[in-house]
Amino acid sequence: MHRLHAPHNQPSGDESPAEAVATTRRALIGTAAGLGAAALVAPGVVLHTLSAQAETAPITNKSRWGLLIETDKCAEGCRACIEACDHEHGLDRQVPEGSPSKWEQQKAVWIRKVKLQDNQTGRITQLPLMCQHCEHPPCVDVCPTGASFKRADGIVMVDRHLCIGCRYCMMACPYKARSFIHHNTTGQLTAVPRGKGCVESCNLCVHRRDYGQDSTACADACAATGHHAILFGDLKDPESPIRRRMREIQNRQIREDLGLNTGVRYAGI
Amino acid sequence: MAKATVMAILAAGLVMGAFAYAKAAEIKRYVVDGSQAAGLPSCVEPTERMRRMHMEFIKHQRIATVHQGIRDTKYSLAGCVDCHVSYDAQHSPRPINQPDQFCGACHRYASVKLDCFDCHAAVPKGLDGDQASRADGLTQGGGR
Repeated sequence: MHRLHAPHNQPSGDESPAEAVATTRRALIGTAAGLGAAALVAPGVVLHTLSAQAETAPITNKSRWGLLIETDKCAEGCRACIEACDHEHGLDRQVPEGSPSKWEQQKAVWIRKVKLQDNQTGRITQLPLMCQHCEHPPCVDVCPTGASFKRADGIVMVDRHLCIGCRYCMMACPYKARSFIHHNTTGQLTAVPRGKGCVESCNLCVHRRDYGQDSTACADACAATGHHAILFGDLKDPESPIRRRMREIQNRQIREDLGLNTGVRYAGI
Repeated sequence: MAKATVMAILAAGLVMGAFAYAKAAEIKRYVVDGSQAAGLPSCVEPTERMRRMHMEFIKHQRIATVHQGIRDTKYSLAGCVDCHVSYDAQHSPRPINQPDQFCGACHRYASVKLDCFDCHAAVPKGLDGDQASRADGLTQGGGR
């Protein structure tokens, strides 16, 4: 009896010695690579060099990508993030079809600018609203083909090869974040294939993730305008800029009551 | 008599040789000079295997790419386009799915519908090319 239980009673460290060595070595290699790159080229160029390397290993759950949006810095009337997103994913390359009003209602939109007003105080808040990259995404629950899925690194996206365009996910999404492509598409970008009959939404610039770039188009554009309202980063890394900022300021999920644990957090609402 | 036979065999050989040359040229027409394919004796797999199995290769590649983020390009569709697209007199690429192009011609011959390029770019762009296309806007739409 005691012998049976003995292994459980033995004190065990968080990780075995072999794992500890591996972790240390990884950290060392990371530091060495970083130092080498920094020694050779200027900071701006490091980014570019990294961007050329395609990922060859499967992504892991070691990171979870997310956004922190500071709504008090989001300016009224500014559409920089939306335009950058459209540009990055080729949404602005669409030729309008049908009547203008129908096109306006039905064209794909990955980021919506939402204006909130507190009726009691009159306080107005601006916020960009995109796919919230839930930990427990309702769109994935309802998808009948498995096209809606969550990657290991927390990015919720659509496998368009499997999508049959039923739009259950659009109905299930509490954030109205998904769009359906109604028309034939032209001039798609190599990194962002998209076509008629599929649902799509913000994918946290997944091609940038896979090519080792460390930002999203919207965050870049927002920083370029000087607002710095959108911060992209790894929610699992305690030392990442996004986590540090989240420690500093009050932030929350939209519709926290749904318990979805979203990857996009908002400050100032 | 023997001489005539030898001549005939030689002539036949010449004709066959010319035919093989023409055939090779016809195939080479679909390989971009200086591309990865131009330097290889066959594609990423032997030609016969590619003809039979390319959709299987692409299908596995697509699952690895979309779900696991692996952008290793051995069987990538963008790779097919990069090496096998052809260019017109103005050096602008012709969509690879047109019925007289690499993918399109074979698919038409085999009467197999080709849906890939409803969504994927049918002309080579790559990541740098994507940047250029974004800058171009709609002036040089190349998808279909």
